[in-house]
Amino acid sequence: MNPRYRPLVATTIIFIVAYVICVSQYPGMWSTRVLGNFLTDNAFLGIAAVGATFVIISGGIDLSVGAVIGLTGVITAIMITRFGIHPMVVFPVVLVLAALFGAAMGAVIHFLRVPPFIVTLAGMFLARGLASVLTQDSIPIDHDFYRLVSSLYYKLPGGGRLSAIGLTMLLTFAVCGFIAHKTRFGSYVYAIGGNGVSAALMGVPVGQTTVAIYALSSFLGGLSGIVYSLYTSAGYPLAAVGIELDSIAAVVIGGTLLTGGYGFVFGTLIGVMLQGLVQTYIVFDGTLSSWWTKIAIGFLLFMFILLQNLVFNSQGPSRLRKGPA
Amino acid sequence: MKSLSLPNIFSHQILALLGVLAINWLVFPGFFDVTWKDGRLFGSLIDVINRGAPVAILAIGMTPIIATRGVDLSVGAVMAVAGAVAATFAVSGHPLVVTLAAALAIGIACGLWNGMLIAFLGIQPFVATLVLMVAGRGLAQLITEGSIVTFSDPQLIFIGTGSVLGLPMPAVIAFVLMLAAHLFVRRSAMGLFIEAIGTNRSAATYTGLRSRSLILAIYGFGGFCAGVAGIIAAADIRGADANNAGLWLELDAILAVVIGGTSLLGGRFSIPLSVLGAVIIQAMNTGILVSGFPPEFNLIVKAGVIMIILILQSARIGEVVAAFRTSRQSQGKK
Repeated sequence: MNPRYRPLVATTIIFIVAYVICVSQYPGMWSTRVLGNFLTDNAFLGIAAVGATFVIISGGIDLSVGAVIGLTGVITAIMITRFGIHPMVVFPVVLVLAALFGAAMGAVIHFLRVPPFIVTLAGMFLARGLASVLTQDSIPIDHDFYRLVSSLYYKLPGGGRLSAIGLTMLLTFAVCGFIAHKTRFGSYVYAIGGNGVSAALMGVPVGQTTVAIYALSSFLGGLSGIVYSLYTSAGYPLAAVGIELDSIAAVVIGGTLLTGGYGFVFGTLIGVMLQGLVQTYIVFDGTLSSWWTKIAIGFLLFMFILLQNLVFNSQGPSRLRKGPA
Repeated sequence: MKSLSLPNIFSHQILALLGVLAINWLVFPGFFDVTWKDGRLFGSLIDVINRGAPVAILAIGMTPIIATRGVDLSVGAVMAVAGAVAATFAVSGHPLVVTLAAALAIGIACGLWNGMLIAFLGIQPFVATLVLMVAGRGLAQLITEGSIVTFSDPQLIFIGTGSVLGLPMPAVIAFVLMLAAHLFVRRSAMGLFIEAIGTNRSAATYTGLRSRSLILAIYGFGGFCAGVAGIIAAADIRGADANNAGLWLELDAILAVVIGGTSLLGGRFSIPLSVLGAVIIQAMNTGILVSGFPPEFNLIVKAGVIMIILILQSARIGEVVAAFRTSRQSQGKK
């Protein structure tokens, strides 16, 4: 087997083992209903995590996704309820705005040579602040189109429902998996993450690609915001607080290397599903309190980071080691 | 490698603070009014140093960490854990010394855990501390069993709300901690070691520095500071709120350190200037509150400030300015 796929396979095996353990304890979890809800409940996290995958493969970080979700949700809600614009018109406008926001951050990161961590932190403050200035309260969206989309689902065998937003997430993974692994832009992303200087010397347009990566991340943040507004039928400025860290956790659990240059979009899907599994298990158990979710995800994150370290240090590419000490 | 020191009083940070204070004074003329009441000082200025103390204490711990090219995202969660421990110990009737020791010990233990992952397992600081950031609040909730534990131990409450010589206790603690840390790093070789590791860890190790132990100690100190801040935050509200104690303060602490001129690329730091950064942030917060703007503007203003600092610090801007100057000089010679 190609050693490149080892972390991905490890993650997938761990997910399957974990799922089997869950099913052996609670046979009720072996149903398409649970799986369908998995996809619906984690749709917004999954879409945001796809963006984080690109950013992390390029060696960067985007802390602003959660705030972008909140801001796009609020803008969508205001445009639909206060100005009476049809959602199908609102969505493209919001997505373009989100992409421009990300492009601006990417431009600052590349042209001012500022660490992405700080730039996206500023982006996070800005987006949350704008959303809170627009409204303090949750704005309910009551529109025929929203009701229509919420009621759309594909009935799986076994009674499960693959909802429209769950399907949106799966489509996002498919399209972005294709972009990452099969297009020129995708290989640029990997090249920059592997080594920015050599990528530039090889003729990779580093500036354009960096701007595009952050634009894509915020675009997906915007899409995630729309999905979140469909999921909750509301726009709320404090929606999805802390989602950026959940999505980073999903990316890491999915086998993507935080130093950049290595990772799979599909792995992120497994990472999101594994987090969903932990939550569902705790719901099924009933006696465990909700804070065990955080502890379990923290523990998983730790195990996967340790695993990455062991796998990559034993393979011995020296650039992955941080100095002799 | 230029080390910043206290006598450098007319630094950008002082000017920035004066600027913020002047704006506050313009929008709220009573900003500088300080009154003496019931044996302590009251006023907006006092409020700034009181409210700014937890972030200042976090910034003290964060400065050496950032100076070694690290970052600690878990300080907010560690604050919650330390606060939860302090509250549960106080409720079960332990003496103050035991309560404080337990809370600080758990803070240091959290810091050492981070340091171990970073120094011995070679995990990037961002990721290593992310683990505790995610799991820490869960741990805190585990300790408080999901509820907000309230206590009424007057000695413990004094740490959050008392006053010494008319000054609020949190500010006094922050000041003493800042002085101790600053003197320790600048009067010993410690500061130089930290800068050496931040500039080039490999080179520092080859010259014989025990970088691993040093990094472990630095993160342990960061955990200690988070513990102190956690105790203050819990004592201030007389209870431990596992969900909200120290929420987002890690970002404020990082921002304070960056405003203080410590380079995110390591190798240059100043603890007093980081504390000044924390005071600047709090002065902005208080200014927005007293001027009657909705508090939501706070985040936008903060974002604006970060951008301005980044642009000023940016290497590229420096190059452009330098190029502009040389071209002007050469034109002048003609």
